[in-house]
Amino acid sequence: MSEPEVFGRIREAIGKNDVLLFMKGTPVFPQCGFSAAVVDVLSQLGVRFNSVNILVDDEVRQGIKEFSQWPTIPQLYVKGEFVGGCDIIREMFETGELEQLLKEKGVVPAHAA
Amino acid sequence: MPMAAADIIRLIKDGIPGAEVEIEDLAGDGDHYAATVISPAFAGKSKIQQHQMVYGALGGRMGGVLHALKLTTMAQRP
Repeated sequence: MSEPEVFGRIREAIGKNDVLLFMKGTPVFPQCGFSAAVVDVLSQLGVRFNSVNILVDDEVRQGIKEFSQWPTIPQLYVKGEFVGGCDIIREMFETGELEQLLKEKGVVPAHAA
Repeated sequence: MPMAAADIIRLIKDGIPGAEVEIEDLAGDGDHYAATVISPAFAGKSKIQQHQMVYGALGGRMGGVLHALKLTTMAQRP
C-alpha cells in the first residue's frame, strides 16, 4: 500500500523548516483560538517559525491529520518531530519543557542569540 | 453538531478501561469541553501518546462532531 501523495509534500515542508506550525489562518491573522494560542506561545519564546495555513490547502488539511495521527489543528513540528497540539504546547510552555526542548534541538530563541 | 458530555465520558471509559474522566462544558453549548482523564494506562507514555489514546477512544469524533476538547491527561492524581 502506498502512502498518500500529500505525505511527500508534508515531509518536505517539515524537513525544510526547523519549527513549523500547521495552523488555521496565519500568525498575523489566526482564524482559530487554538492556533492563536500556539502562535502566542512561540512569540513569547521568541522562536522563529514558519507556518502552513491549512485553510487554503484542503489536501494538507486532511493529510496532516493522517500523517501525524492527530485529529486536530494546530500541530507543531520541531526539527521534523511532532511535538503536539494546542493543549500539549501550552502545558509544555508553562512547565518550561518547551523551551528546554527547543534548546536541546538547537533552536535558539531569537532574542537569546 | 454538539455532543453530550455523558457520551464523551462513556466513550473514553469504554476505550480506556479504568480511566477517571472529569468533564466541563466550557461554553455551555455542548461543543466546547475541557476534560481531564486519569488512567494508570498512561504510565510511561508521552503526552502525545496519551492524547492519541483518548482521541482513539473517541473514535474519529474529535475534529469532527466534537470541535473543541481541551485535554489534560495524567497517569495518577497529582
